[in-house]
Amino acid sequence: MTPTLGRILFASLFAILGGLLFWAFTVALLEGPPERLAVIAADAIPLSGVSNPVTSVLLNFRAYDTLLEMAVLLAALLGIWAAGPASPGFERAGIVFASLTDWLVPLLILAAGYLLWVGGHAPGGAFQAGALLAAAGVVLRLSGQADAGLPRGVWLRALAVAGLAAFVLVGLGLLVIGQGFLTYPLAHAKWLILSIETAATLAIGATLAAAYVGGRVGDEGSA
Amino acid sequence: MMTQGLYIAAGLLLFFLGLWSFIMHAPVLRKLIALNVMGSGVFLIFVTFAYRGQEAAPDPVPHALVLTGIVVAVSATALALALWRRLEDQDGD
Repeated sequence: MTPTLGRILFASLFAILGGLLFWAFTVALLEGPPERLAVIAADAIPLSGVSNPVTSVLLNFRAYDTLLEMAVLLAALLGIWAAGPASPGFERAGIVFASLTDWLVPLLILAAGYLLWVGGHAPGGAFQAGALLAAAGVVLRLSGQADAGLPRGVWLRALAVAGLAAFVLVGLGLLVIGQGFLTYPLAHAKWLILSIETAATLAIGATLAAAYVGGRVGDEGSA
Repeated sequence: MMTQGLYIAAGLLLFFLGLWSFIMHAPVLRKLIALNVMGSGVFLIFVTFAYRGQEAAPDPVPHALVLTGIVVAVSATALALALWRRLEDQDGD
């Protein structure tokens, strides 16, 4: 009796909340296209060093957000490593899957490089490229490589902190030459953003692949 | 406008389906999946709000937020799965 009552109570509560939120959102939309951040962002894109609006928001206007996001990724990975060693990899892939892997992984890495470069002026960028790199790692792990193609020991740690380190180093370097933290001078903005993005791509790819492995690799605990 | 309303309704539906499942089901894995469904609903609503009509380019700010949000959601899910597996191992002893 009581669980049923609880269900009915929750269902009606959710229905009321959902209706309220729908009403609020549609009223907000009916106000018409308001003066939102989009206008400010669109005006400032020529000053950002890249012509892709999303990249200029991610790496320039809201670079702090992206910096802290890299810190979140690192913290999640450290938590996963702290939770114990990885379970052993799956059995060796059969001949069809193995030859698919031989084709797929280089193509994924190539596509990641392309997405990283194209992110400056068209849809693409560090997160998409990093996701493709991580996909390459997942494919490798599924085909029986226990370490998902990641380097071991200190190199893996270097890869995992690369994104955050590049952000902080560029920010501090800009402070030293008298700019604000992560306020790029226009002449160098493109290359600064591209170098941060390169490091972030490697870090995101390595972090997500290592997260898929699900624990420390190369310890005595892993097979 | 009509399309946006549909998208928002779909986003809210996903969010509340996820919330329902999160509260009603005890297994940790189901709760995790429910959390991800809730997140997808939020992302859908964010992307809907980026639309500014046929002429104007979409608002890049919600796009950037969703882009980083997806990666954070994936890594948070991975962390939760690692903790959950550790918990199962402890229970097995």
